[in-house]
Amino acid sequence: MGVISNGTTLLDAGAIDSGVPTGAMTLIKTLTASGSSTLSFVHGASSVVLDGTYKQYLFKFINIHPASASKFEFNFTIDSGNNYNVTKTSTTFGVFHTEADNSASLAYKTAHDLAQGTGNQILSVHGDVGTANDMSFCGTLRLFDPANTTFVKHFMATSNFVDNGPTSMNPFVAGYGNTTSAINGVRFAMGSGAIASGQIKLYGIK
Amino acid sequence: MAIISNAVTMADAGAFSASLGSMTLIKTLTASNSATLSFVHGSGGVVLDNTYPIYKFEFINIHPSGSGSEFQVGFRDGSTAYDATNTTTIWYAYNFENDAGTAFEYNTSEDNAQVAGFAKITGAAQIGTDNDESGSGEMFLFNPSSTTFVKHFISNVNYVSDDGDTHFVTNHVGGYCNVTAAIDAVQFKLDTNNIASGVIKLYGIKDS
Repeated sequence: MGVISNGTTLLDAGAIDSGVPTGAMTLIKTLTASGSSTLSFVHGASSVVLDGTYKQYLFKFINIHPASASKFEFNFTIDSGNNYNVTKTSTTFGVFHTEADNSASLAYKTAHDLAQGTGNQILSVHGDVGTANDMSFCGTLRLFDPANTTFVKHFMATSNFVDNGPTSMNPFVAGYGNTTSAINGVRFAMGSGAIASGQIKLYGIK
Repeated sequence: MAIISNAVTMADAGAFSASLGSMTLIKTLTASNSATLSFVHGSGGVVLDNTYPIYKFEFINIHPSGSGSEFQVGFRDGSTAYDATNTTTIWYAYNFENDAGTAFEYNTSEDNAQVAGFAKITGAAQIGTDNDESGSGEMFLFNPSSTTFVKHFISNVNYVSDDGDTHFVTNHVGGYCNVTAAIDAVQFKLDTNNIASGVIKLYGIKDS
């Protein structure tokens, strides 16, 4: 945009934007659960951007609280949400420590990884998210270059949650969507039951 | 900003508002032989309430004044004490510069189980004191103002240790303050010695 007064250009197109730092991390969408069976971010729907606009996308999970004790999971779509079944290979390990101090461990969890699996990827490795009123799941998931049509799609997740133990659980999940098609949506859900409450925020990283 | 030409308002204030990004620097504290570095909501320009759902601390070259120091965090949940009860996990990987040893393991002697006190965010070995040795990393604190949920935090600190032969350590801590009261202040310190130098930055990650 330019601002011109009496033939004098006061501001050129872009003059304002160029002088204002716009930051490198942009909130795209917030979804709030309320007894929700799924929470989905699909490019082009409800103002969601999940394409080549950003090279990295960051999901933030804030106090995901299940209706029943269950695992928190996600999957990708390459057809705008018609199917969530992208082939994935992943690693899953986690750390846990009981409040009672009678058990603590760092261990790989073979039951929760995927080897060319198309099902949901578990994020709450080693346990179910607890259901007591103060229990929840918090963390992040990074998705790299989902619109790329040359490479597989890498993802990395770190989180902390409380299971019904009660136990502090700190899982680490990493892997890739083994597809050269663009990923244009991500869906989150509990393994069983609904997400009673909580928020998921999607950011774009410039 | 408004642009007015010949008394005609061409653009009102706010018309050129631009997205300023979703990560806001709230406060920088710089250590100078400091016993503690504290971020207290409402003090010194610190915001640590429901303004942001997620807060991020960045640790930049934390350098202890003496040997044997481990970096710790404490949370305040209503009183003036940093004694919010917490349960944590702590694991690390390390590798010696002389290639004499590596490890990848849980550290049962450094975690907390319902401890009303500080949580270690380094611990496999102490942060080194040579002039070029320090610790750097980050910690996320989720929804500290919630009065419903426990308060989760996740940290990763990399550091150089001269505990024995010089080695690199990457230390990971996850945990939660097992309180439903709001956390309104966070304090960092070394378990022994002062923080000779280093910077801790507090960012808010915007809600909208």
